[in-house]
Amino acid sequence: MKTFNYHSSKDVKEATKLASSNSAFLAGGMTTLPSMKLGLASYKDIIDIKRIKKLSGIKVSGKTVTIGAITKHAEVAHSKEVKKAISSLSSLAEGIGDPQVRNKGTIGGSIANNDPSADYPSACIALNAIIHTNSRKVSADKFFTGMFETSLKKGELIEAVEFQIPEKSCYQKYPNPASRYAIVGVYVAKYKSGVNAGVTGAKSCVYNDKNIADALSKNFSSSALDNIKISSSGMNSDIHASAEYRANMVKIFAKKAVDAC
Amino acid sequence: MASLVGSRVERKEDKKLLTGRGKYTADVTFAHQTYAYFVRSPHARAQIKNVDTSKAEKASGVVAVLTGKDIVNDKIGGLIAGWRIKSEDGSDMKVPAHPPLASDSVNYVGDHVAVVIAESLDEARNAAELVKVDYKILKAVVKTDKAMNSENIYKDIPKNLCFDWLLGDRAKTQEAFDKADKIIKIDLINNRLIPNAMEPRAANADYNPSTEEITLYTTSQNPHLARIIISAFNGVAPENKLRVIAPDVGGGFGSKIYPYAEEVVCSWASKKIERPVKWVGDRTESFLSDCHGRDHVTHAELAVKNDGTFLGFKNETIANLGAYASVFGTVTPTYLFGPCATGVYKMPAAYSNVKAVFTNTAPVDAYRGAGRPEATYTIETLVEKAARELGMDPAEIRMKNFPTEFPFQQTLVHSVDSGDYNAGLKKAMEVGDYKGFAERKKESESKGKLRGVGFCSYFEACGIAPSAVVMSLGCGIGLWESAEVRFNPTGNVTVFTGSHSHGQGHDTTFAQIAADRLGVPIENIEISHGDTDKGPFGYGTYGSRSLTVGGTAIVKACDKIVAKGKKVAAKMLEVNESDVEFKDGEFIVAKSNQKKTIGEVAFACYLPGTYGEVKSPLPEGEEPGLKETSFFDPGNFSFPAGSHICEVEVDPDTGNTEVVKYTAVDDFGTIINPLIVEGQVHGGLAQGIGQALYENCHYDDTGQLVTASYMDYTMPRADNFPEFNLGFTCTPATSNPLGTKGCGEAGAIAAPPAVMNAVMNAVGTEVSMPATAEKVWKACQKMNKSNSKAA
Repeated sequence: MKTFNYHSSKDVKEATKLASSNSAFLAGGMTTLPSMKLGLASYKDIIDIKRIKKLSGIKVSGKTVTIGAITKHAEVAHSKEVKKAISSLSSLAEGIGDPQVRNKGTIGGSIANNDPSADYPSACIALNAIIHTNSRKVSADKFFTGMFETSLKKGELIEAVEFQIPEKSCYQKYPNPASRYAIVGVYVAKYKSGVNAGVTGAKSCVYNDKNIADALSKNFSSSALDNIKISSSGMNSDIHASAEYRANMVKIFAKKAVDAC
Repeated sequence: MASLVGSRVERKEDKKLLTGRGKYTADVTFAHQTYAYFVRSPHARAQIKNVDTSKAEKASGVVAVLTGKDIVNDKIGGLIAGWRIKSEDGSDMKVPAHPPLASDSVNYVGDHVAVVIAESLDEARNAAELVKVDYKILKAVVKTDKAMNSENIYKDIPKNLCFDWLLGDRAKTQEAFDKADKIIKIDLINNRLIPNAMEPRAANADYNPSTEEITLYTTSQNPHLARIIISAFNGVAPENKLRVIAPDVGGGFGSKIYPYAEEVVCSWASKKIERPVKWVGDRTESFLSDCHGRDHVTHAELAVKNDGTFLGFKNETIANLGAYASVFGTVTPTYLFGPCATGVYKMPAAYSNVKAVFTNTAPVDAYRGAGRPEATYTIETLVEKAARELGMDPAEIRMKNFPTEFPFQQTLVHSVDSGDYNAGLKKAMEVGDYKGFAERKKESESKGKLRGVGFCSYFEACGIAPSAVVMSLGCGIGLWESAEVRFNPTGNVTVFTGSHSHGQGHDTTFAQIAADRLGVPIENIEISHGDTDKGPFGYGTYGSRSLTVGGTAIVKACDKIVAKGKKVAAKMLEVNESDVEFKDGEFIVAKSNQKKTIGEVAFACYLPGTYGEVKSPLPEGEEPGLKETSFFDPGNFSFPAGSHICEVEVDPDTGNTEVVKYTAVDDFGTIINPLIVEGQVHGGLAQGIGQALYENCHYDDTGQLVTASYMDYTMPRADNFPEFNLGFTCTPATSNPLGTKGCGEAGAIAAPPAVMNAVMNAVGTEVSMPATAEKVWKACQKMNKSNSKAA
């Protein structure tokens, strides 16, 4: 690992002021630190945001669940309020990584990294999330822009993620047997206004599968998906799963998610 | 005194190992320590045009930067192939030079180019980035089955062919095939695996300029072999000036039997800079440069009669050796593979032909089972296919062809001393409730799952090995084992063994044997291994040999102790030696109450005069002290055997395959410690199921290792396994006094065919290893078995 300056900030203003083109915010460090150790990333300044109290915690109102950016997966998984409001979100958090990761990793870190196989981005898409940063509010469909890419600007810091409570929802994934990241994960959420189907793992970036969402908006049952065609075009293909296989899995896991709602 | 042999004694070593009190090579740090970091080739095949170390040498903390040129200048010898194999035409195998640091060419990603030695690891690693290597990249040869038709990697090795070896008789086999009712054919790939020992390899060499002695700590299964190779072949130091210590070692599975470039370089560099040099491999280095396992492409045929009788067997295999011939790289796909390929059956005629090829991948060497898993996978998937094609029950076809009389002269090499294969298979069917399979299949179907059952009956040759036999087959070393049993004056015992424990539990099992033999409480016995300066020369641990060969050496040394003790006790008791009997740690005069404990006798041996009340002149001609050494060279291999039955459930929509029931019934001869043996079976099964369903080493077409981390290389985990049903049968080995046969490799040998036969039974068509979800899903699609329509 290359040498770097370590800063521990107590408030958002200080943290964002320290940010530069050669810095990184450090929350759980579940991606940043291994990348640095492996020499895949190096920074001049590491700005630790774990002590910024404002960024932590869970708030449930009548219509929304808002989770602070540095709230750990384990906290979301074990929160009674989250479980009551959106139980699929707490079970998603319970299924991320392993106990060590869940007790270190944070929601803000996960969505800022936007790993194409990460779980949380699919929740953001399915649950009409609004991402609160230090300077603005962005809706999830405008936040995730590509593989490991988001619309965050340099030095912009996620403060919280606000989820809209659905009528029904469920997340189902097929984990990669090696990494246990999703080969395909489908998050189905039903609102009065319609259904979302957030899909992770399948393409270079999380997306809302319109075919599935439309079919389920008309008829919220797994049989509604029997005759839809999921195209493998644009799907990831690697040593673990071909595009064709992933296309099959998107459909299978969408059905599983609906059945488990 | 109750016998400890056969009892479930808890592992003595676990307290240390599980509480972080073990001492591993990485835990050893010397005064004036320096740290090594290796510059490795990023290319699978390239010419080295120039290595510029000038910038690295000037970097902070750097002590030395050494390259292949320095190796050449100092006349350091290359790494060796330990087993000479001859081709069918009588010619010797062809092997390339394998320098510890490359000077002309690199031949796999991870190949060693230079070493940077610095005051700290960070400084060494940072300076390594400043070593500028000018490569001319060449086209890599990667695929096993294409190697012979690719460019020559080495100019004097045509077709990249190391040897073209034959065991058996082609003409006689063809005659048998001509008489067959049916010929069953199979094409298979035995997937390449990465060993993944829990502890990555490491070395720390400390040269003392005043004594000119090097002490090398290393992660070795076999420190004596490391010492002789580094001294006699690499020429780093004479044997008497090289002490090799393999302290606690966290697993090896074969990959740590022999020294690698890093141990040679650290030892040599330490001598050069006159400071200790430490290298601790990181996980990536482990993936890239530990020797890999398996990697065969096989076509095999079985000639059968309509009633299921086997007539003959043909095996044509291409084995990938990787870039260089590693120490046991050449024997693994030949003598450890070919003889066992006819399986546990009467096979009137057979041959195995193996073409071993070089490719631009990491060297391939022995990995848990070494050759025997490949052999068993070949014959057992073929036999199951024969059962399918003949419409026979898989158990019935096996029983029809089992030998029933022992010793059994196996077709190609081995004379199997003992066994009862029918008893094993019958017991497996009972323990695994084979009768209830149809019912369980229905239950699975009601959940939308496909259920399959698969068998594997295996035998293997281990207890490696009779020296005269292996040396006649080209082995460069003997494979006997040594033991020294040392009574300390106060009556407790230290046993030195030439084998090495890196997870097997020798501290416990060997102590049980010595405790029984000497009548000394087990807590008064210490097992010492892993230091070439302690105890006699030995051959380490692999090939399920330690108990059978090394344990027998302990028995023999204990017997010598007792023999001497009898003489001393007779003198002490003033009776004739022939009147003294030894039982439960006491020398007793027949028909009297006169006796001496073995502790008293030992004390007397060390103080051969009058000490207080104890009067103990030694018999005339007896030397003082009580310490005996024994070297045991077995008369035959040992032949564990067994039958495993696996049941899987396949989700046809996803192809996800779950092992839902696994039964293993093994015959390991006499079992010393059932607790440890069960653990060995569990571990072997985990690796075998891992090979069948999960693990696969994947190089891309340019020779880059794609599965170079746990993100991509699928290690099996606890949640991938059901509870295992274990059972045992016992026909003691006749080639050693303990009657033991070896248990370490059985699970890894038997599980892959058992699992794959179950998968193929479930989906109804052939699937290759590893049976990943996608492959199984595609097979289900082909067979129209999905519950849901495809996307």
